[in-house]
Amino acid sequence: MAKYLGKRIFYIILTLFIVTTITFFLMKLMPGTPLTNQAKLTPTQIHQIYKQYGLDKPVWQQYLVYLGGVIHGNFGTSFQFSNQPVSYLISSRLGPSLIIGGQGMVLGVLAGLIVGAVGAIKANTWVDTSATIISILFISIPSFVLAVLLQYYLGLKLRLFPIADWGGFMYTVLPTLALAASPLAETARFMRTEMVDVLSSDYIELAKAKGLNKVGIIYHHALRNSLIPVVTIIGPLAVNIMTGSMVVENIFSIPGIGEQFVKSILTNDYPTIMGLTIVYSAMLCVVLLITDIVYGLIDPRIRINK
Amino acid sequence: MADNAKQTSADDFTPIAGADRAKLDDEKIATPSLTFLQDSWRRLRKNKAAMIALVLLIILFILAFFSFIFETHNPNATNPNLANLPPKIPGIDINGFNGTIEQSGERINAYAQAHAGNHFYILGTDYLGRDLFSRILYGTRISLEIALIASFFDLAFGVVYGITSGWIGGRVDTLMQRIIEIMLSIPNLVVMVLLILVLKPGMTAIILSIAITSWINMARLVRAQTLELKNQEFILAARTLGESSWKIAFKHLLPNLSSVIIINLMFTIPTAIFFEAFLSYIGIGISAPQASLGTLINDGQKNFQFLPYQMWYPAIVLSVLMIAFNILGDGLRDALDPKSRE
Amino acid sequence: MENDKDVLEVRNLKINFNTYAGTVKAIRDVSFDLRKGETLAIVGESGSGKTVTTRSIMGLNSPNAVIDSGTIMFKGQDLLKKSRKQMDQIRGRDIAEIFQDPMTSLDPTMKIGKQIAEPLIIHKGMKREKAYAQALEMMKLVGIENAEQRINNYPHQFSGGMRQRIVIAIALVNYPEILIADEPTTALDVTIQAQILDLMKELQAKTNTSIIFITHDLGVVAGMADRVAVMYAGKIVEYGTVDEIFYNPKHPYTWGLLNSMPTMDTSGTELPSIPGTPPDLLDPPVGDAFAARNKYALKIDTEKQPPFFKVSDTHYAATWLLDPRAPKVTPPAPIIERQKHYAELVHEELNKSKGNHVEEQEEQL
Repeated sequence: MAKYLGKRIFYIILTLFIVTTITFFLMKLMPGTPLTNQAKLTPTQIHQIYKQYGLDKPVWQQYLVYLGGVIHGNFGTSFQFSNQPVSYLISSRLGPSLIIGGQGMVLGVLAGLIVGAVGAIKANTWVDTSATIISILFISIPSFVLAVLLQYYLGLKLRLFPIADWGGFMYTVLPTLALAASPLAETARFMRTEMVDVLSSDYIELAKAKGLNKVGIIYHHALRNSLIPVVTIIGPLAVNIMTGSMVVENIFSIPGIGEQFVKSILTNDYPTIMGLTIVYSAMLCVVLLITDIVYGLIDPRIRINK
Repeated sequence: MADNAKQTSADDFTPIAGADRAKLDDEKIATPSLTFLQDSWRRLRKNKAAMIALVLLIILFILAFFSFIFETHNPNATNPNLANLPPKIPGIDINGFNGTIEQSGERINAYAQAHAGNHFYILGTDYLGRDLFSRILYGTRISLEIALIASFFDLAFGVVYGITSGWIGGRVDTLMQRIIEIMLSIPNLVVMVLLILVLKPGMTAIILSIAITSWINMARLVRAQTLELKNQEFILAARTLGESSWKIAFKHLLPNLSSVIIINLMFTIPTAIFFEAFLSYIGIGISAPQASLGTLINDGQKNFQFLPYQMWYPAIVLSVLMIAFNILGDGLRDALDPKSRE
Repeated sequence: MENDKDVLEVRNLKINFNTYAGTVKAIRDVSFDLRKGETLAIVGESGSGKTVTTRSIMGLNSPNAVIDSGTIMFKGQDLLKKSRKQMDQIRGRDIAEIFQDPMTSLDPTMKIGKQIAEPLIIHKGMKREKAYAQALEMMKLVGIENAEQRINNYPHQFSGGMRQRIVIAIALVNYPEILIADEPTTALDVTIQAQILDLMKELQAKTNTSIIFITHDLGVVAGMADRVAVMYAGKIVEYGTVDEIFYNPKHPYTWGLLNSMPTMDTSGTELPSIPGTPPDLLDPPVGDAFAARNKYALKIDTEKQPPFFKVSDTHYAATWLLDPRAPKVTPPAPIIERQKHYAELVHEELNKSKGNHVEEQEEQL
């Protein structure tokens, strides 16, 4: 286990190193400079600013400086936000993103498991059809459309929840719902397929031959065997949530990293974009690592072989 | 039963002779025999939802790619005098299609107010007076173009990458899988955003960024299937017969991969459409004045409270497009992989 | 044939399957009995309806199967008329089943102890500890070494043969009246096959369970069964004691089956096989379903289905060749050999009183 963990962490560091390197040099290729958006500056002023940011040094030196900073959690200084350190910008905004992202993930996966399992148990009936329709709709309707509709109908018209801003649980409800849609649909789809497969397997047949009733078969044999593989899609779902959060946070004006990312893109705030790219990759790596470990813990076939 | 036997004549108890024997046709098969594709097509046709989706997609394709025939106005022509007009279809007098709109509790005829004369816009106009219907058609075309391009890269790159990795195996496979693993640890959208920033927003940047990210899933699935097929008897047989490795890969492997490829393709397409709309929505995709469903939704969303049609129509078209591809994908999966249902 | 010793009586069973191409008549009027403590082998090619028959005894046929007619009497009650709940109570307690592939028939994520104890907990309401203790006993009984440690192992930690022993333990843990074994050794290595068969015989002797043994392998039948029913195209075409079927077969299909089985005497070039394929049961022939593949076919075979003709009290065959009006045909040479051997056997038997001839034959096979 320790050996496996060590290997995995080594690969994560390697991946992040590659991501950092690629991002850095891509940013150096950027057409616009951080000053494009500023008012006209004299060449001396520009030179001064370049010096301040270390942009007058050769690229490889800048790279080493940046890399050294990243190791210490220093992603440089934001171009746009009154010279705030990027690391501060990110850490102060991580909380809201993690809250709505986490809530969306938990809600989506749990609801998806139920929808998928019910669909499989009642396979090829109207219940199954409805479950399929739900997942197709939630997979197909883009998060930004869903978010706007939720905001308008549940927030503005019915006044059930605040339409935007940040300040307590009620503010998280609508964004959470908007984010949960995609994991719900994906989980339901996956769970249904898995469970239909499991339900037609030989060991379920043997369980029937033992005289287990339908509830017993599902509870004791079918659920566990179809739940285990669901862990493998948590990683891709996390990606969906990250993607979704960029627009959802924007629509609901949530001070999270998704909103920051879009803002930085639109203002050419390269240090922040780079910092967030690395943070997103790191989060994804950690999620993938955790799901792999969990998968190994709950599947006896993998557990023993390790 | 014994009585039964007595009614028969003695003649019946003679052995069957040559001519009669032939009539027996001992290998008669009553079940109609179908090839794999025919069988899949039969199953797909039985799936009503998938057939409706297919028809919808065909209609959308025709409308979008022949938009120059169907479009009622130039999609990019602005006309500030006729801005924000609601949908109007002559002869239909239902609120929502008769050119009237609710304004401070009253229903007023927006066309009369704007002195639009004989002009009418079946889905209304946007804040610059551009015809929404024509813009949606144009945006749909962008989405479908992106879909086709993403499919092309899926096939050209993803399939080849997957087969190569799985077929050659060994070190090459390990290296190729490492590359994929690294790509998978960066959220797709982040990769796209970085590329678009480097290449300047626009169609080329979007196409390239989608191309670079879309093939990975295909490559993984094709590789997994290749590994599975590689050791099966029919491949071994072909090897024993001395066929060259690459000939086997294309003649025997590819046809057996077709199900996986088609199914995955059907899920790449909506993803690509989504990303294009997403990028355009956040403002780094297709740039003005060109229309994309994403930019249309973004524009419409600003006025959603007062002019809901401006977001509803592009949002519906985008959703229908995605739903249709997803349902067709589901249907094809069920049809091509008989295990999954029935 | 009906007597107190019968534990199961199947009468006039007809089962159809609704498919997209039409109705498949999978079981076309099947009747048989199973006696206390005996092993009845049902032999036939794939698709002949062996498995469908046993699935309907278990009440586990797929949803598109329609019971057209017939009864399956068990302890004076018709299993076909039982509700799903009632069948749940019978399955695993009175009637148990072993499946073909031990690699896939155990739950991969459940410890085997729990899997063996499950039927006890369901049917006898046993507490966990007691059920596990009994499961442990059962594991020892089926020959799993180190049972105390292995009770907490998962299926993937066992070999194929060991897994089949576990499946047998699960099936027998409640000492059922009837055990259905659906090709229990087909997926196993030959050496393991013999071990499993021995185990089944040994356990049967201890528990007095009646076994329905489904197989396409006549070689297995000889050592295992008391009686044999040969199925073809959804019907039983011949049944009798294992001696009668092996040494005095009457149906041409049984001849074909026996001829295609290698024996110690088999020499020369090629093992004969039955030409052709079974008929399509979407549209079964009006007459004898085997006629098309039967080189002894009579004209009447194409017109009428043959009834059962009695050969002896225990031996019946459904072929027009046994009709008094049918011409005398000469069976293939190896069958004549078998019949000669049988005559000797009967003769010997008359001389000795009632001997334990079953064992004797095994040695000769």
